[in-house]
Amino acid sequence: MYNRDPLSRVLYIDLTSKKHWVEDRKDLFEEYIGGTGVAIKLLREEIPRGADPLGPENVIVMATGPFNGVYPMASKTVAMFKSPLTNNLGESHAGGRSSVAVRLAGYGAIVIKGASEIPIWISVHGDKVSFHDARALWGVRSTHTVGRVLREIETGHGFRTIMRIGRAGERMVRYACVVVDTFRHFGRLGLGAVFGSKKLKALVISGKRGIPIADKASYRKVYDKIYDAIMGTPATKKYHELGTAENVLPLNELGALPTKNLQKAQFEYALELSGEKLAEVYLGRRVSCAHCPVACIHLGALREPYKAEAYFYKTTFVSYDYEPIYAMGTMLGIKSGAHLLKLLDAVEVYGLDAMSTGVALAWMTEAFERGMITEKETMGVRPSWGEYVSYLKAIELIVEQPNEFYSALAKGTEYAASVYGGRDFALTFCGNEMPGYHTGPGAHLGYALGARHSHLDSAGYSYDQKMVGKEISVEGVVDYLIQEERWRQVLTSLVLCLFARGVYTPQVVVEAFKPLKWEVGENDLKEIGKKIHLLKIKYKLDEGFDYSKLRFPKRIFETPTPHGNISPEFMSTAVELYRARISEELKQLEPTLSG
Amino acid sequence: MAKRLSVVDVDLCVGCMMCVFACSRRFGDGGVSKSAIKVASIGGIERGFKVIVCRACLDPPCIHVCPTGALKRREGGGVVIDLARCIECGNCVAACPYRAIMWDEETNRPVICTHCGYCTRYCPYGVIKLEEVVPSV
Repeated sequence: MYNRDPLSRVLYIDLTSKKHWVEDRKDLFEEYIGGTGVAIKLLREEIPRGADPLGPENVIVMATGPFNGVYPMASKTVAMFKSPLTNNLGESHAGGRSSVAVRLAGYGAIVIKGASEIPIWISVHGDKVSFHDARALWGVRSTHTVGRVLREIETGHGFRTIMRIGRAGERMVRYACVVVDTFRHFGRLGLGAVFGSKKLKALVISGKRGIPIADKASYRKVYDKIYDAIMGTPATKKYHELGTAENVLPLNELGALPTKNLQKAQFEYALELSGEKLAEVYLGRRVSCAHCPVACIHLGALREPYKAEAYFYKTTFVSYDYEPIYAMGTMLGIKSGAHLLKLLDAVEVYGLDAMSTGVALAWMTEAFERGMITEKETMGVRPSWGEYVSYLKAIELIVEQPNEFYSALAKGTEYAASVYGGRDFALTFCGNEMPGYHTGPGAHLGYALGARHSHLDSAGYSYDQKMVGKEISVEGVVDYLIQEERWRQVLTSLVLCLFARGVYTPQVVVEAFKPLKWEVGENDLKEIGKKIHLLKIKYKLDEGFDYSKLRFPKRIFETPTPHGNISPEFMSTAVELYRARISEELKQLEPTLSG
Repeated sequence: MAKRLSVVDVDLCVGCMMCVFACSRRFGDGGVSKSAIKVASIGGIERGFKVIVCRACLDPPCIHVCPTGALKRREGGGVVIDLARCIECGNCVAACPYRAIMWDEETNRPVICTHCGYCTRYCPYGVIKLEEVVPSV
């Protein structure tokens, strides 16, 4: 790497002692690129074995990579931590202005450890790091308000990111998110609860430095080639126009759209929640992450009258994407765009992960229907498919946790089902609530085996869809999942948005590295991807992850997919093959993975 | 004919900052330290953005406050800076009501748009364009 690039500077912040310092970690960046690769190394260095995810010993790493601030669509920051939802590896990615702010403040990564005694927020403006008393911000109902307050009093406007938690994070709901800027999130696996446990209300980062490039002429050439590819390719068109909501109708048509807690995989009101309909009726603005021309962020404008006052209206902007539409929409049988947007606004206000919240509410509805829980547990809420008002109330109660039931649900769907029953229809994978694809065995194997139990680990849903009408073999799907997850470790170490994966082929990545004085070949990248993947798995195994204890919710076998009913035997054979391959590779690589 | 950079329709702006990065890339570097154009929300991205760029004033206030004569009139409006004469006082930044003169914190010098139009190629939504300056009557 180019020695004038500030990428290798790592900012360490200790919340207990309120101290901060910078270390040069060229060793890590040269070997693991940045992003995911550097984050897993830093996490392993800093976190003790068996750490309590909500104790001061948990560590938050936020990492960027060499392409952030340099190439288009390199717009993501990787957060790595121990998840309070799964009690194992936590990894979540966010866009907005986060990666540009961290990188242009002059850092490749930020490590946050310890815990504060009182609520605080931290600001990092270039080299200046300050700790502020956030007691006045603690308990504020809406994350929007916290954003507004910090926007007014902080500097760095236009080049900054404002990350903050809401009430859900303060109350340590295990799937609380961190809201980034506006409408972007470190959504999954409960980073918001980790912030809350450390009394860290917000993190403001800004910077506007330059990033020196070694070969300036070829940098501009490669940049233009990538930019033209982004603008010309059908690969990014879908995100550009209707956004990810474009997926609703094709998945419904295919019979892969989880509906009413996956009792079905088709929804009669899918059209109402489709990207087409939402664009036609509600789309109010499209916005972009920093340094990305795609503008996939779709904001619906919800105009509502005030009941008590004639001719008073409010217009609320609500971000919608496929996954939240699935979780807070089809999973709950929501029949109208307006009701969907109201629910999405509620999770935004409290700072909850929309996907986990939706799956939790879907489990709650079915458990209520079956009489496993009653109005005594739900405190009078009668959850019912499509009844958004009951869900709005339930969301508030999950955050405030006024009784044992809501405290349990705030610990996650899997935990609640272990107390109240209904594990067969609790749609969780290793504690993480399911993403929105019931496309076949690839998707569900991906959720179970992916290092962060995300559809984005290995895109099994994409494999299933390519294979519709063809036979999926155990070897075929396992091989795909492993290869895909490994290449994605490279992309998320750079750190690219995964929507750019069609443009940034291995060949393009190698070419883009050259002007940065970074000599790396396609095979080297593949080896690095494999190593990062294995490092993550090794961390998980050390923390108690066990392939032999993997459990698939029974419901996924009951509802047919486009590949018919999934066979439990197929899944257990695939898990065993996956485990065998990984354990063989771990043995070979073990000596190089230490530390 | 002299040209100037113009914000055609700010409501088309998605806040991607492609123009901001392009401006620094003129010099072959990444990041934004050399950028003479700025994009920021107008109070939350849901409300939209402002695109701050030199409007090529024919009688630019910045010229009048420069104590060393480092700023010279540019044909078609705006100014050209002679960095050798700049004493880093920042008067020009304060004089511009648009705050369209940026500050390079690495060299501690002002960054002023030269209306070269390099950024326009990277605006995917036609927010900015280079246009002919119509001679004023």
